[in-house]
Amino acid sequence: MNRPALRAFAIWLLAMLAGAAIVVNSRFAADMSFFLPAKPTAEQQVLVDQIKEGVVSRLLMVGIGGGDSSQRARVSRALRQQLAADRQFVSVQNGETASIAAERDVLLKYRYLLSPAVEPARFSVDGLRTAIADSVDRLTSPAAMLLKPYLTSDPTGELYALLSRLDAGAQPESRDGVWSSRDGERAMLLIQTRALGSDTDGQFAAIQTIERAFAEVARSEQVEGLSLQLSGPGRFAVQARATIQGDVTRLSLISTLAIVAVLFAVYRSLRLMTLGLLPVLSGALAGVVAVSLVHGTVFGITVGFGSALIGEAVDYSIYYFVQSGRLGAAGWRERFWPTVRLGVLTSIFGFGALLFSGFPGLSQLGLYSLAGVFTAALVTRYLLPPLAGEAHRLPDLSHFGRRLEQAIAALAALRLPALLLTLASLGYLASERTELWHPNISLLSTVTAAEAEVDAGLRADLAAPDSRYLVVVHGRDREAALQAAEQAGTALDALVAEGVIGGYDSPARFLPSLATQAARQASLPDADTLRLRLAEAQVDSPLAAGKLTPFIEAVQAAKEGPPLTRAGLEGSALALVVDSLLIERPQGWSVLLPLRPAGAGAALEIPSSRVREALAGRDALFIDMKGEFDTLYASYMQEAIQLSLAGLLAIVLLLGATLRSPRRLAAVMLPLVAAVVIVIAGLHALGQSLHLLHLVGMLLIVAVGSNYALFFDRLAHADQPEPSTLASMAVANLTTAIGFGTLALSKVPVLNAIGVTVGPGAILALLLSAIFVRGRGHGQ
Amino acid sequence: MTRFRFLQPLLAGLLLIGLSLPALASYDIGQLMADLARNKGGKAKFVEKKFLAVLDKPLIATGEMTYTAPDRLEKRTLTPKPEFMLLDKDSLTLEREKQKLTINLASQPEALAFIDSIRGTLSGNRAALERNYGLHLGGTADKWTLTLLPSDQKIATLVQRITVSGSRGQVRQIEYLQADGDRSLLAIEPVTTP
Repeated sequence: MNRPALRAFAIWLLAMLAGAAIVVNSRFAADMSFFLPAKPTAEQQVLVDQIKEGVVSRLLMVGIGGGDSSQRARVSRALRQQLAADRQFVSVQNGETASIAAERDVLLKYRYLLSPAVEPARFSVDGLRTAIADSVDRLTSPAAMLLKPYLTSDPTGELYALLSRLDAGAQPESRDGVWSSRDGERAMLLIQTRALGSDTDGQFAAIQTIERAFAEVARSEQVEGLSLQLSGPGRFAVQARATIQGDVTRLSLISTLAIVAVLFAVYRSLRLMTLGLLPVLSGALAGVVAVSLVHGTVFGITVGFGSALIGEAVDYSIYYFVQSGRLGAAGWRERFWPTVRLGVLTSIFGFGALLFSGFPGLSQLGLYSLAGVFTAALVTRYLLPPLAGEAHRLPDLSHFGRRLEQAIAALAALRLPALLLTLASLGYLASERTELWHPNISLLSTVTAAEAEVDAGLRADLAAPDSRYLVVVHGRDREAALQAAEQAGTALDALVAEGVIGGYDSPARFLPSLATQAARQASLPDADTLRLRLAEAQVDSPLAAGKLTPFIEAVQAAKEGPPLTRAGLEGSALALVVDSLLIERPQGWSVLLPLRPAGAGAALEIPSSRVREALAGRDALFIDMKGEFDTLYASYMQEAIQLSLAGLLAIVLLLGATLRSPRRLAAVMLPLVAAVVIVIAGLHALGQSLHLLHLVGMLLIVAVGSNYALFFDRLAHADQPEPSTLASMAVANLTTAIGFGTLALSKVPVLNAIGVTVGPGAILALLLSAIFVRGRGHGQ
Repeated sequence: MTRFRFLQPLLAGLLLIGLSLPALASYDIGQLMADLARNKGGKAKFVEKKFLAVLDKPLIATGEMTYTAPDRLEKRTLTPKPEFMLLDKDSLTLEREKQKLTINLASQPEALAFIDSIRGTLSGNRAALERNYGLHLGGTADKWTLTLLPSDQKIATLVQRITVSGSRGQVRQIEYLQADGDRSLLAIEPVTTP
């Protein structure tokens, strides 16, 4: 190596080492945040919070199948016992009737602070008479045994009032004392993890613990042939990560091996092949570094996009080695570099448009590719020539190039069919335009249809909540937040009474604001007053006032006792309810009020406008999660269309400014646009559901394909034949198609969509450029 | 919503314990059971009196019952408060004051044993009765009294004794003595439908 080469190599090596250090310290993630908005609206923020930390995202549903019903119940009980003792789980429910004493005791102890029926009128003579008479009447019911033990201490029936407000909604079936599926063939459990939904490691550990505990329990209970089914957001997150990690490794390997094979076949030199991979390696590293520095977290999907980047970045070194063969480095720089540079710029414009996306995943893909392509071009331009030296000998490709020339001449015959195909595709797209784009973000999810089915089955069997509808209120402290929840609750009560909604949950049910508790305490009479009023009220009642001393004592204790605080709920499941709905945030407290649709059955909807109307002026947000997702995706789509158009426009302007001829510009753009049209029409005709990433793929076809179109433009205006240019293009196109084509093998929809679009698109762009190219020297 | 599910067993369990009202019975137990099994059901009026230590006067409820062999029992209380109860196979539904609750009895083994005392008597299912109770029969075919004494400790903490009396295949009265000494008396008057 000579001195400039050494210097260039040293700089490169240092940069690479620095980059590697950054990559080692980068945070990688493969969670939902890829899809969550970078700058969310208030409603979207609730969505983001729910997905990352909400209770629903921490629920795992478990089904135990096989064996007989009593074996399943035994295993279910033992499994619950083992998991409930584990710190990883906040709650483990399987329908067992044990452990309800704690909740009943809390409700009973604080009944006069918790019951909404506690008002001054209820403790007047008339109010007492009516309330106690109702309680006595209720003793005739089959439900009497619920109330009889509490009659003398709770004659006004506050415990009954509290319990009857807790209408539990749909319930899972039961067999042998534990929850079962509707058909009775599975025992069911519902588990809440301590790990947040966004903590994929925590979810992974929790799932492993459940699976291990199941195996242990089945062994210790000596039951064979039982199987475990598990689903939930945590499971999906873990699987998505595994899928993405698997794809990253697999696709990069496939793409690298295939490209190495192509390079070796062309170069027939280990040294040149290794040198040719330097820009690729540098580009891939630079991409991760850039994303890590800008975004802090690198998404697995972004790294997975690397396999396409490899195919794209290797092109520059191919151009250099193949084209500089006879010219030498200086000659190549002079004659070919401007064309390559222009191609690099169009790619950068294409990827650069994505940078502005509010869809974080897309923005990362853009930055990653932009940095990667830019670095690969830089390394090719400044490092390869000094490293490779002047004397690199390639096998003579001019023969291959000349054969290509002949082929291109023959391809000219296909101009009319190609034009017709393009027009037909255009017509087809126009006629299908309303059906073209899928409006649902679920297409981007890695969850397979089979997994979704298992999930839906477990969810239906457990009647598990999907918490689609939420009302959210805020307060600067806990007290203010609870008061806001109570006020919103008043509006929601009216909607329940009208039958607009079926019901709602509120943390204020179990932890009323201090103001409300104080008001209830003030409603309670003192012991002497109460004794006098009871004596009057109970004159004709079968329940003599003299038997109600426990009542008087309880009222007295409630009136003078301390208010109920969060600490008072500790140890009961009520604490879980409150904690999941009353959340402290850096900027204050939030309260979630999940709403339930009226009626029974699946797929019920709540009329959003009625709820918004009822909450108007209350500083409460009503959120329909599904609606928010749809809106979010629609906004991503809208934005992607705008960005793609902007990217396209930027590329056209760049080419126009460089080519300085509308005719040459049109000749470059025609094959690119035709490739896009034919690919999209083809994908739609083949039944692919087109989504946002296909749209982005369209832009990338133009960005990537412009390289070839530019070289053909060059050929058309060259003074002498350039068989090596053609040869280099053929090889570069092959590697690009391999890179993007590999993405088509991905199980990750985001990558797959780009692969199936850009892979064929790149080849088509080359073919169409060849078909439409006008003969050398302005067409002979 | 699910977060309140833990309270459900509380409601369900206690409700079921209260469900000890209707039941039926004979002379030679085998003959009685055969007579009872022949009764395919029908409609009846009922008057239920509850004697509770805490109350100075008994509570009285009235209404109608409909039994359809072998496992469907409807009980419609009309006074003092309308209430509807339906026992259909293993499912118990209760409606009162605009609230409706359905419980799967299989989830409550003790309650199920309890329900079996009613269902077993009505349908003349001796095996089901003997699984949880000792049976004692007195009187004649026209005026028999069947006493059920729980053999299971868990049931015994809920009920001391169930006494069913009747005539041939028709149950006329069920007395239910709770562990705490309170008792209820259910008188049944068949309505002969033309």
